[in-house]
Amino acid sequence: MARKFLSGDESFAEGIRLARPEVISAYPITPQTIVVERLSEMVEDKSLDSEFIHVESEHSALSCAIGASATGVRSFTATSSQGLLYMAECLYYASGGRFPIVMMNANRSTALPWNIYGDQRDSLSQLDSGWIQVYAENAQESLDLALMSYYIAENEKVSTPFMVNLDGFILTHTYEEVDIPTQEQADIFLPEYKTDNRLDFDNPKNMAFSAGPEHNYIFKYKEHIGMKNAVSVIEKAEEKFAEIFGRKYTGLIDTYKTEDADYIIITLGSIAGLCRETADKLRKNGIKAGVLRIRYMRPFPTEEIAGAVKNAKAVAILEKDISFGNEGAVFTNVNSALHTERVNIPSYNFIGGLGGRNISASDIEHIYFEIAKGTKKVNFIGIEVANNGSYSKKSLQGRIFLRS
Amino acid sequence: MAVTAKNLCKDEFFYGHKACAGCGGSLAVRNALKVLGKNAIAVLPAGCMSAVGFNFPQLCFSNNAIISTFAGTASMLTGIEAGFRRRGITDFTAVGFAGDGGTADIGIQALSGAIDRNDNIIYICYDNEAYMNTGIQKSGLTPFGAKTTTTPAGENIRGNIRPKKNMFEIVSAHDISYAATATVGYMTDFLNKVEKASEIKGTKYIHVIAPCPTGWGIPVSDTVEIAKEIVDCGLWYLAEYENGEFHITHNPKEFTSVSEYIRKQGRFKHLTDDDIEIIINSRDKKWEKIRKEWS
Repeated sequence: MARKFLSGDESFAEGIRLARPEVISAYPITPQTIVVERLSEMVEDKSLDSEFIHVESEHSALSCAIGASATGVRSFTATSSQGLLYMAECLYYASGGRFPIVMMNANRSTALPWNIYGDQRDSLSQLDSGWIQVYAENAQESLDLALMSYYIAENEKVSTPFMVNLDGFILTHTYEEVDIPTQEQADIFLPEYKTDNRLDFDNPKNMAFSAGPEHNYIFKYKEHIGMKNAVSVIEKAEEKFAEIFGRKYTGLIDTYKTEDADYIIITLGSIAGLCRETADKLRKNGIKAGVLRIRYMRPFPTEEIAGAVKNAKAVAILEKDISFGNEGAVFTNVNSALHTERVNIPSYNFIGGLGGRNISASDIEHIYFEIAKGTKKVNFIGIEVANNGSYSKKSLQGRIFLRS
Repeated sequence: MAVTAKNLCKDEFFYGHKACAGCGGSLAVRNALKVLGKNAIAVLPAGCMSAVGFNFPQLCFSNNAIISTFAGTASMLTGIEAGFRRRGITDFTAVGFAGDGGTADIGIQALSGAIDRNDNIIYICYDNEAYMNTGIQKSGLTPFGAKTTTTPAGENIRGNIRPKKNMFEIVSAHDISYAATATVGYMTDFLNKVEKASEIKGTKYIHVIAPCPTGWGIPVSDTVEIAKEIVDCGLWYLAEYENGEFHITHNPKEFTSVSEYIRKQGRFKHLTDDDIEIIINSRDKKWEKIRKEWS
């Protein structure tokens, strides 16, 4: 095992090198580009033996990966933001065809207005595309997920494509010290990809076909079951991973001091670290604060979230997303989990970080205070609308909540 | 060995599908696969041939075949070719069969990318000159004057007002390894071009005219005849692009009547003699250039 000082993008590329994908289709988009640049260098210096294909669009990137996967080889691509939306058709194609492709998505704002910085509106808009979705918190987890993603996606009971999300810039471009496993360890962890879901000269197949109303429904049901099966495979993957690499992951969610917490922030991605620091600070002042980081948005941790927060007095869902005219998608999902599991506690939505806007420690502290006293359903961090409808001077300088 | 009607493979690879009677596209796919054999992997985007061939559980290809996204024929071919090559398999042909819309409109970006990379694939465009699968809408390859359901022939506009995109020369401008034009009316010529393509490394493109009786407004028995006539009257030409040069593979001494070709088809029923004159003039201009510049 080696230790290196790497950005999230570079760290993920190291993980992909260890996973030995046989076909990589690459198209650049900030802030993902470094991943495919590093992979091309690895192919050049022969530390990665892979077909590296320079496609001409994100649609082609995923379409090409689907073609490769249909021959039974491990394939990889990466994208972000507009690129993810441009390939959206192929997302559904890959999941419907049960092609266990792994894709890294650098979470980035979607135009308009144009913005290259991080929020999670790109991937959260694709929750229904049939992909497993995981959100990394740091560079080490990114690397580890690169390896685990193939293990989970390629399990024959799962056979579902896998999207690993890294917060744009905050994760993709921030350097951390990272443990890089040896290839021998990686090979012990990740078996060779073998599947019957492929074109085969001994037993020719017609794939990616049409299915009318009678059969279509069955295929969609099986797709749902495949995704649900991922839950136990994720557990299995993490156990094996801990055995080999000594790092233990915690399944669909990652909780911090939630057991006795009165107030819990539920969030995803890199902001969780700041939430934990803030929770600790508040605990010193006698406020029982906790943090629940959602790792997997699909399959969604309904029971896990409900179980972890059921004794809290209130929860805040902090997310870099808004479904216009409603609320954040994570909030909708969490509320559904709470209701389904009959957990009757107040929940509030805090929207922040859109277009890469900073979320500060004091913002997070405010969130705990706001939910302790009760607030509006949906709150935009850092914006205040004055009575006359224009932005107040105060809101432009400071960080006050909009109570919608 | 040149393909002839006598030595053409007896096995069927595209059989039991539900294409319309007289379908030119299915004729192209069926016979091209006979040339390419059982180790061809057929990629078909959304369109007539995938709609008639892939209805689970009635699947009509006896070789490996897969539907791609509408825009993704060439990009999926790229992935398949890379995947099989990666698995150490050498004896296969990745072949795409896309319609005119899937090629000249929505799929042209992916096709251009594949040619740019010189991926080792064959891309066959079966051109029935409109979006026939969705009910005859104008594509980039609908000829001047044709009535479609989105270019109606009325008082103000008389059908499609733009000529066909020149796909053959567009792909050739990429300096593609091999490109050819063909028609299902001259089947042997088409199949020999398919065979030739299968022996060349790199990207190969064959553009085959494949009449659609439903969309063209002709009897279902006339597909082959009209597919010959389009060449005989000079509105389509049989050619190849190879090693940076264009060649005419069939140079008619004199053309048959354009007017007769036009008047047989329902889609051109509204055209006036003046309209036909425009078509003849553009044909003559094209041939003048071909005869001057191509060998």
